[in-house]
Amino acid sequence: MEMDWLLLAEVSLAGLGTGGLYALTALAFVIIYKATRVVNLAIGEILMLGAYAFFGLAAGWALPWWVAALGALAVAGVFGAVVERTIIRPMLGESPISVFMVTVGLGSMLVGVVELIWTADPHRLPEFMPNTPILIGDAFLAPKIGYGFMVAAAVIAVFVLLFRFWRGGVALRATASDQAAAYSVGINVPGVFSLAWIVACMVAAGAGILVGSIGGISSTMGVFGLSVLVVVIVGGLDSVPGALVAGLLVGLVEALAGAYLGGEFKLLATFSLLVAVLMVHPYGLFGTREIERL
Amino acid sequence: MGADAAPATPVLEVENLSLSFGGIRALNGVSFAVQPGSITSVIGPNGAGKTSLFNSISGFYKSTGTVRVDGKPIDHLHPPERAKLGLARSFQNIALFRGMTVLDNIKLGRHAHMKTGLLDALFYFGRARREEVELRREVEERIIDFLEIDHIRKAPVASLPYGLQKRVELARALAMRPRLLMLDEPVAGMNREETEDMARFILDVREEWGVPVLMVEHDMGMVMDISDHVVVLNFGQMIAQGTPREVQANPEVAAAYLGTGDVADLRRRVAAETRLPETREVA
Amino acid sequence: MRIATAKETYAADEALFDTAVQRVWFAILLAALALFPFLADQYWLFLAGLAAINVISVTGLNILTGYTGLVSLGQAAFMGVGAYTVAVMEARLGTPVLLNLLGGGLVAAGVGMVFGLPSLRVKGLYLAIATIAASFILHFVFANWTSVTRGVSGINVPPAAFFGMALDTPFKLYWLIMPITVLLLLGAANLFRTRVGRAFIAVRDRDISAEVLGIPLLRTKLTSFALASFYAGVAGGLWAYFFRVVTPESFPLLLSIFLLAAIIVGGMGTILGGILGAVFMTLVPEFLKLLVGFVTPVWPDAAVHLSPVRTVVFGAMIVGFLIFEPQGLAEMWRRTRRFFHLWPFKT
Ligand SMILES: Nc1ncnc2c1ncn2[C@@H]1O[C@H](COP(=O)(O)OP(=O)(O)OP(=O)(O)O)[C@@H](O)[C@H]1O
Ligand SMILES: [Mg+2]
Repeated sequence: MEMDWLLLAEVSLAGLGTGGLYALTALAFVIIYKATRVVNLAIGEILMLGAYAFFGLAAGWALPWWVAALGALAVAGVFGAVVERTIIRPMLGESPISVFMVTVGLGSMLVGVVELIWTADPHRLPEFMPNTPILIGDAFLAPKIGYGFMVAAAVIAVFVLLFRFWRGGVALRATASDQAAAYSVGINVPGVFSLAWIVACMVAAGAGILVGSIGGISSTMGVFGLSVLVVVIVGGLDSVPGALVAGLLVGLVEALAGAYLGGEFKLLATFSLLVAVLMVHPYGLFGTREIERL
Repeated sequence: MGADAAPATPVLEVENLSLSFGGIRALNGVSFAVQPGSITSVIGPNGAGKTSLFNSISGFYKSTGTVRVDGKPIDHLHPPERAKLGLARSFQNIALFRGMTVLDNIKLGRHAHMKTGLLDALFYFGRARREEVELRREVEERIIDFLEIDHIRKAPVASLPYGLQKRVELARALAMRPRLLMLDEPVAGMNREETEDMARFILDVREEWGVPVLMVEHDMGMVMDISDHVVVLNFGQMIAQGTPREVQANPEVAAAYLGTGDVADLRRRVAAETRLPETREVA
Repeated sequence: MRIATAKETYAADEALFDTAVQRVWFAILLAALALFPFLADQYWLFLAGLAAINVISVTGLNILTGYTGLVSLGQAAFMGVGAYTVAVMEARLGTPVLLNLLGGGLVAAGVGMVFGLPSLRVKGLYLAIATIAASFILHFVFANWTSVTRGVSGINVPPAAFFGMALDTPFKLYWLIMPITVLLLLGAANLFRTRVGRAFIAVRDRDISAEVLGIPLLRTKLTSFALASFYAGVAGGLWAYFFRVVTPESFPLLLSIFLLAAIIVGGMGTILGGILGAVFMTLVPEFLKLLVGFVTPVWPDAAVHLSPVRTVVFGAMIVGFLIFEPQGLAEMWRRTRRFFHLWPFKT
């Protein structure tokens, strides 16, 4: 059988494009995990919330798209602050199982609320991205995926710089590596917790707007979070580079499996990847190994 | 007794044990033996490698060198198999199971010696029932009575004061059918009275059960008082061993403690030697 | 206690129900369960069957997650394995009901052990998410191994036959489901009176210390996985007889989450908690339906919103219990009992 290189290239590009969005959402996940050690299973639903907030503002209130986008980010930020304060903080020190289940409950509540307000039917987001096709060599890339990837890449770049140089980013990293020590050098640890949730929810909401503008929105779009979960486990829960690399990897694997094997193989492929990676690297590709002492 | 009772096979022999974590040499060619019926203490400043030594003997850390129990090398054995041989231990940071009562914590120690399988357990019939009732009687009559913890047998361990938790750890180790009792800082954080109680229990275990003891302890008074043999570690290296008297006289030992600023403390404690026996007889 | 009859005394003290009062209550409970089908209508019998199936599966998951500390999001998938095994045995081989259920449990236990293998290396939340893989991989098998599972169209299951009688109504099925549920619950309770159950708890509380004290970790964890999956498999098998059709969509990830939520709501690591949680979580949607019936006169759209409201309530219950009553319904029950124990004296 003749290999169709152009198809392979186009599929790979589309996969990497989606992978960029995975990486962006995974970044949101990792920010929360690093700061608060919470495995946030509601990340997909928070992403959905962002997309719906944008939809409500842009389509419902007919605001210009960029105002709606800013509004959606603000909604998500406030949501993050409230959730951190009312649900996550009381759970500090509880077993990881409980904390992780609390986010499962949160996700379920979000789905229900969205369905109450907007029903369970799918919707389309207003068009706001250019729709001139993108050609890389001979390979065609759907414009929305291409621009979505670029936005994601830009946001990620900004965040990597913030982590390194901005005071808040440094405080976050310090808190992540040793909470007690960070506290003792005068870092406002609860403040860092709030900040992490606010920022992460905004990032996830941004990703939600991009994801929604590519494939439309519905109350089940939270399943996007499942692939993101695979990404963060493969990359390592507490690793930003891991989230980026694994995001692209998972996007690619999923696209290739979908194109060459069939749509039903997508999840099978990514979850098999997850099991395979864990067997070799129990803490993901780049995750920190937890030292066990007697 | 112990050290000079010549031909008996030592219960435990450690030969040339080494272990490193990254750059840290936690143990460096440590060799010593525990004679039957003896109380052997391992002392040394903080971070000397005492707990690492215990963990290596238990098989939790993969160290190089040889460990023999009753003359047989056990280096190929996994931790649970070593436990089954009778390397029974307590932990420096109390490692009781918080979700269980005192009684269940103690019973857990016997796990490796029991035969109840999954099916027996589900039906709680025949073997399961027999084993559990037998174990219960033995735990009650030999351990709970002996350690005077009757009043707390049904209490959840998390609710107990520190000293009692240490005692329950000892009880659990006794339930393991010990060939050698390994105690990591059995009296750390205890007051005088609790310390004396614990010293008495340790001596009684040796007398009544005939079980030799290997103990890590910072309380020099107690170490010098009840040990037959003392091993001194510093920076992973064994710098001295011998009878308490020999070790006290060793200038290197004093220097090791001097290095950590502990020497005055050591002198004081050593000087206060042989204060325990009277209390022991009274109690 | 240390008198001639010590042996009897210890045996009595080790008993499952160690006081006469407890034994009387247990007898009353059994009698009530036996009388229930004669008093209840079809609807309540249906709910009782469903609740009992959930109780079995939740109890299995409780052994794994609540007692052994291994979080699993694969329990529903293992129910699926049991359901398919029973469906195939019943529809193709026509083997007897009890044998089919045993087969369902055993095949599920085997599959569960395979998916439990990573648990030696993979810990905590990494493991929890790895078990989601079980969900998707098994779903794929159900949907694509068409020669056995008939793919997406699923398998129609003939009614269970017991000594020639077809168990085709909730009333008749009750007599299959309820005794099995009671037996499996007693089994689970027995487990924690023995070394097997103690080892589970030890692994949950401090796995590495447990290992040094003589508990082989892999073996213990796999036993727990096998047992949890066995319970799931039997529950799935009963499910197959109950709903009479098994498809790949019957056992979604959401069901695994539901089961995990039930142990949280009921109380992790207690047998009673698993029972209360499963029953409660099964009844809540029905209660909401009732409520909708009440408010429809004033709020005609209520029925339309039932499904999202159910989703919200489901989430809110998980969050609410975790924050306000982390020990779950079992703890509320204990408090109530203590209150009545002391009543009319103030605590
Ligand atoms: N799991 C581990 N990983 C890395 N380093 C370790 C580990 N366990 C022990 N160490 C290091 O090995 C050295 C010896 O530690 P160990 O706990 O054996 O000392 P110790 O003699 O028991 O001290 P203490 O009296 O304070 O209990 C220390 O420098 C310690 O930091
Ligand atoms: Mg130590």
